[in-house]
Amino acid sequence: MIRRYSAWALLREGLRDHRGWQEAWRKAEPAARYDAVVIGGGGHGLATAYYLAKNHGITRVAVLEKGWIGGGNTGRNTTVVRSNYFFPESVALYDFALRLYEGLSRELNYNIMLSQRGMLIIAHSDMEMEIAARIVNAMRLSGADAELLGADEARARVPLLNDGPEARFPVHGGIWQGRAGVARHDAVAWGYARAASGLGVDIVENCEITDFLVEDGSCVGVATTRGTIRADTVGLAVAGHSSVLAAKAGFQLPVHAYALQAFVSEPVKPMLDTVVLSLGTGTYVSQSDKGELVIGGGLDRVPSYGQRGNPPMQEQVLSGLLEMLPAVGQLKLMRHWAGIVDVVPDSSPLLGPSPLPGLYLNCGWGTGGFKAIPAGGWLLAHLMATGEHHDISRPFDLDRFATGRLIDEAAGAGIAH
Amino acid sequence: MQLFPCPFCGLREETEFHFAAEAGKARPEPAGQVSDDGWAKYLYFQDSPKGRSREIWVHLACGEFFVMTRDTVTHEVTGSEALSGRSR
Ligand SMILES: Cc1cc2nc3c(=O)[nH]c(=O)nc-3n(C[C@H](O)[C@H](O)[C@H](O)COP(=O)(O)OP(=O)(O)OC[C@H]3O[C@@H](n4cnc5c(N)ncnc54)[C@H](O)[C@@H]3O)c2cc1C
Ligand SMILES: [Zn+2]
Repeated sequence: MIRRYSAWALLREGLRDHRGWQEAWRKAEPAARYDAVVIGGGGHGLATAYYLAKNHGITRVAVLEKGWIGGGNTGRNTTVVRSNYFFPESVALYDFALRLYEGLSRELNYNIMLSQRGMLIIAHSDMEMEIAARIVNAMRLSGADAELLGADEARARVPLLNDGPEARFPVHGGIWQGRAGVARHDAVAWGYARAASGLGVDIVENCEITDFLVEDGSCVGVATTRGTIRADTVGLAVAGHSSVLAAKAGFQLPVHAYALQAFVSEPVKPMLDTVVLSLGTGTYVSQSDKGELVIGGGLDRVPSYGQRGNPPMQEQVLSGLLEMLPAVGQLKLMRHWAGIVDVVPDSSPLLGPSPLPGLYLNCGWGTGGFKAIPAGGWLLAHLMATGEHHDISRPFDLDRFATGRLIDEAAGAGIAH
Repeated sequence: MQLFPCPFCGLREETEFHFAAEAGKARPEPAGQVSDDGWAKYLYFQDSPKGRSREIWVHLACGEFFVMTRDTVTHEVTGSEALSGRSR
């Protein structure tokens, strides 16, 4: 049994030198067979295991992770959560995730430090204001919160924005989503891991999937560096490595792998109490609880599995930051890194059965899947447990590339993911 | 900044180049008989290999498309050839 975290537990442990804390989750040895196996111990894989147990009562489940849980993009992202997308299918998906995030700390009994500090997307011209109005209207029609801000309102939200006569990207207004914000990325992985483990799920680290077991044309398990593991249903949630695993399963995906970089500055006093993204520079930034600026931008230009960033995009993101917030020009960078993301032509995820029966996909989140973790897990669990799509995942099936029903968020929302 | 070799201009900065597609895809013919799945595969699906990769790039400065062979993990470039005019 896992003991619940509470103010009382904190007090009790404080009084006895913190000697009574349990491991947050069990380190499991892999068994020879499970009802369900999830490949990839990032947020999506761990959430899938949790919802398999919680929503479907399937508890003989293993999450198989080649490294350590949360060591992929879930532990490398800039932690922005939001649902400001254009198409109804996308808003249904990302707003479902945001609603689950809103109750997640309580649900998991784990503080994921969700901070709904709002997000401002700045428009720099009358034309961009028209696009902004279009997105705001679309979001509201789909039931998500959104406001179109004028120039004064936008400047009032972020007074440090560069709006002088010399500004390359003057502030004309922007899109505001008040329910957007940030959450602690590691806590999302650890919280799902702890709750899933509490329901009986095995979390197996240092266990790389090297091949798929196929009998009569169906996937019946996986070959791993820690032995062969059979399962009735298998889910794939490996983000940047989706194409590598797909090749082992004998099919291709509409995916390119790219590096996406992030940067963290030295900590400073509170100066930015929201998330801000500039349509002009493509750079976005928020301030962490420790005071560091957390900075991100667009993809590197070169397809890559090298988990490190390249200088041309560093220059673009950081020069964008200085253009937006000239006041931060003297800050030093503390850390910088990259993750490998799985980019799909329409910038929307791939959810559904794979071409190999018995294997289900949750991938293609590209640069924006942290915000979707609760929904991605919920939907993959539904697919694996029932063999059928949930209404929300249906539009994101691989078949959209043959039917032509793409959900083109790059063109639709016009925003970096 | 990495330097990429254009078969026509020699070593130039990576920002002068644009990735186009994986090499080796042939446009399916005749168009009228290609299935929806066939078009989808041609237009959207690829290997995205980890390691050695043969890719079509364009050198934006001279406008030429060419085949570059690189390693997608180390980024080492091992080949750069002009397109032959045949698909390969
Ligand atoms: C720099 C950066 C910034 C980002 N910023 C944001 C943001 O602000 N907001 C947002 O919503 N999204 C953001 N993202 C995207 C987001 O991080 C990802 O979409 C999301 O974390 C994907 O979660 P996942 O669980 O699918 O993948 P991951 O967390 O990457 O987990 C996949 C796991 O699979 C494992 N794996 C791979 N191959 C194998 C194998 N053969 N066997 C077993 N395990 C394997 C990996 O080790 C990894 O742990 C950002 C990404 C990056 C890189
Ligand atoms: Zn050239």
